[in-house]
Amino acid sequence: MSQADSSHNSPADEGANASSHSPAPAKPIQIKVVLLGEAAVGKSSLVLRFVNDEFQENKEPTIGAAFLTQKVRLDDSVLKLDIWDTAGQERFHSLAPMYYRNAQAAVVVYDITRASSLDRAKAWIKELQRQANPNIVIALVGNKLDLVAENDNEEEEISEDHEDNGGDGDGKTRQIATETARAYADELGLLFVETSAKSGQGVVEVFTEVAKKLDLSQIASAGRRGRPGQLNAGNVNVNVLGEGGLDTSDGSIRTKTDGCAC
Amino acid sequence: MDEEYDVIILGTGLTECMLSGILAVEGKKVLHIDRNDFYGGECASVNLTQMYQRFRNGEQPPSELGRDRDYLIDLIPKFLMTGEGLIKVLVYTDVVRYLEFRAIATSMVYNGSKIYKVPSTPNEALTSSLVGVFQKVKARSFFEFLQSWQGTEAHHQGVSMDGDTMDKVYEHFGLNEDTQEFIGHSMALHLDEGYKKRPARETCKRVIMYANSAARAMADGRNSPYIYPQYGLGDLPQAFARLSAVYAGTFMLATPVDEVVRDEAGAFVGVKSGGKIARARQVIGDPSYFTDSVRVTDRVIRAICILRAPIPKTEADSAQIILPQRQTGRKHDIYVTCLSSQQKICPAGFYVASISTIAETQGDPKEEIAAGIKLLGPIDQIFVTVSNVYEPVTDGTKDNVFISRSYDATSHFETVYDDVKDLYHRITGKDLVLQKRPKMEEDAAAAAT
Repeated sequence: MSQADSSHNSPADEGANASSHSPAPAKPIQIKVVLLGEAAVGKSSLVLRFVNDEFQENKEPTIGAAFLTQKVRLDDSVLKLDIWDTAGQERFHSLAPMYYRNAQAAVVVYDITRASSLDRAKAWIKELQRQANPNIVIALVGNKLDLVAENDNEEEEISEDHEDNGGDGDGKTRQIATETARAYADELGLLFVETSAKSGQGVVEVFTEVAKKLDLSQIASAGRRGRPGQLNAGNVNVNVLGEGGLDTSDGSIRTKTDGCAC
Repeated sequence: MDEEYDVIILGTGLTECMLSGILAVEGKKVLHIDRNDFYGGECASVNLTQMYQRFRNGEQPPSELGRDRDYLIDLIPKFLMTGEGLIKVLVYTDVVRYLEFRAIATSMVYNGSKIYKVPSTPNEALTSSLVGVFQKVKARSFFEFLQSWQGTEAHHQGVSMDGDTMDKVYEHFGLNEDTQEFIGHSMALHLDEGYKKRPARETCKRVIMYANSAARAMADGRNSPYIYPQYGLGDLPQAFARLSAVYAGTFMLATPVDEVVRDEAGAFVGVKSGGKIARARQVIGDPSYFTDSVRVTDRVIRAICILRAPIPKTEADSAQIILPQRQTGRKHDIYVTCLSSQQKICPAGFYVASISTIAETQGDPKEEIAAGIKLLGPIDQIFVTVSNVYEPVTDGTKDNVFISRSYDATSHFETVYDDVKDLYHRITGKDLVLQKRPKMEEDAAAAAT
C-alpha cells in the first residue's frame, strides 16, 4: 500500500514549543480529501486504484461510494485520508458546497484527451479558492495517460510500464499538453501530476504529494481549538437517546462527529 | 431527464431531502429537481449577497460587514435537541457523519421584562426562581409522574394520556400559571396556549424529549439542550441530498419546472422542464411547486438581525431566548436565537440574531416583535419578512402528488420530522422504520468489491 516518501518535509520539525513532543506515533490525523472534476474523467477510478489497487473497465457512473479511506504514513505521523467522491452530483452541476467546504485537500481531475475537462477543472479550482478552507492543498491531476501512451512521444517516462495497454490503447489523442497544465498549476501554486488510473501510474504520487504538502501542525491545532473561558466551544457528540419515559440515557448508538475514527 | 423514475422530488428543502435520502436508500430511483441553483429552498443558509438580493433588491452589501462568503444565514432559524426525531434519522442514516455539531451556549426565558437562564433539568427547575416556592412540591410530583411513565401507556397514575387535556393534568397536580408557563413554553416549547385543550400525551412527550436532551447536555457538560450544525442549517438538506446521491439519486439544480403533468383524472404523470419530460409514479414537492394545491395556515414573522456584540445579558456566542406569550401580552411566543462565528455562520466580531413569531395582526410586523428587538441591543442591519405557512389541501394518496408543509414557527425540527413520517406513510403505505445503515466505509468497501 501507499507509504509516503519520508525523506523530506518532516512535519515533526515544527520548531518553537516542540520541547515536549513525543516521538511515538499519535492517533491518525484525519484528513478530508475531496475529488472534483467533470463527469467521466476518472475520479472514482483514481481512488479505487489508490485504495484498493484495482481498476474497472467501463465503470458505471459512481453509485454507492460515499468515501474511501486510506492511511498514509509520513515520518512520525499517520494520516487517515478520507477521500470523498462526488456521488455523481457534479453531473448536473449540483454538487453541494458542504461537500468541499471544510476539506483539507482537493484532487481536481481532468481528462488529458478532453480539452473541456480542463476548463471545468479550472472552474472548480476557482470555486475552491472562493469557498473552501483557505489553506486547502489542491492537486491538479490529468488522468487517462494510458489512452495516449502510444503516440505520446514527449513523455518518455510514461512509456515504461504499459504492458497492460497493449490491445486496447485506442489511439485517442492528447488534447492537453503536459506543459500547458503544468504552467497553469505552477502559476496558482497547485500540485500537478499526470496519472493513469488504469495502469496505476502517478496515482500514489498524487496522494503522497498531497499528504506531504499538508500543514499538519496547523490541522492538528485546528482540531484542538477551543476558546479558553468558553464552556461550550467544543464539538458535540450526537447520540440517539432512548425512547419512552423520562431519564433514559440509552445512547447505545454512538456516533462521534468530531473527527474520531469511528 | 427524458426517463422514467420511481419518484420525482421538487425542491431541496430539508423535508424533501430527507425523503430523497430515505427513499434512495430503499432502492427507489429518485430524480431530485430544484429551480434554484442552491440547496435548501426556503430553509437554505445564504450569504450576504443572497440576503441583499432577497431583501434589499439586490443592493450591494456594505463592505464593513466583512466577506460575503463568511456568512451562512439561516432563512428559517431553528435549533436541534439531541432527543428529537431528526437526530435519530441523522444517526441511523449515518448522515451525521457529514456534519459537525456545536453546543448552543445558553438558553434563556423572558420573565417580567428580564431574561433568566432556563433551568435545564427538572431538578434545576425546582430550585429556580421561575417556579414559585409553594409550587416546588407540586412540580416535583408532576416530573416524577412523567419519570415513571413509559411513554406509551394510555393510562398512568389516574391520568388518561389521550382522554385528559393538559389543562386537566395541570389541575390534577395543582400547578399554577407560572409553573404551567414554564412547562408548556420553556420545556414543551409550545408557541401558544392551544395545547392546554389538547390531550396530555403531546405535551408530556415533548417535556420528556426536552428533559432527555437536557440530561444528555448536562452529562456532556453543555449548558443548554440545543445543538447546531456548523456552517448553518443549510447543511442539513445538503447532507441528506448527498445520502440520496450516494444511493444513485439524480440531482438537478437550477432546473425550472415548467409543468407538473397530470392525466385526465388529475393523477401525476411527470414533470416538464425545458421541453423534456421526466415520468414517475409519484411526485413529492414543497408548496412552492404546487401553489394551487395548498392553503395558508399561518403567517410567520421572521427578522434576521446582524449585530456587532452578543445579545446583552447573554454574553454568549450563541443563545436562545423564549418570550412566552403571557409575558408580552400576545397569543404566541416570540423566539430569539443568536449565533456567531463560533458556529461558522458569520465573520468574527459579528452576531446573527433571529426573531420569529406567528403574526397576529396585519399591521407592522416589527411592532409585533418589538419586545424581541429590544433585547438585542444595537442592531447593525435588520431584514424583516412575513411568510405564509402552507399545508397541502389533499393527502396525495389519490393523485400521487405529495406536498410537504412549510417550515413553521417552532424552534426545533419535530414538526418537520412529523411531516417526513407522515409523507413517508402516505407515499409508501408503510410506517417509517429507521434501520441502522452500515457505516459509509463499509458501503464503500462493498461498492469496491
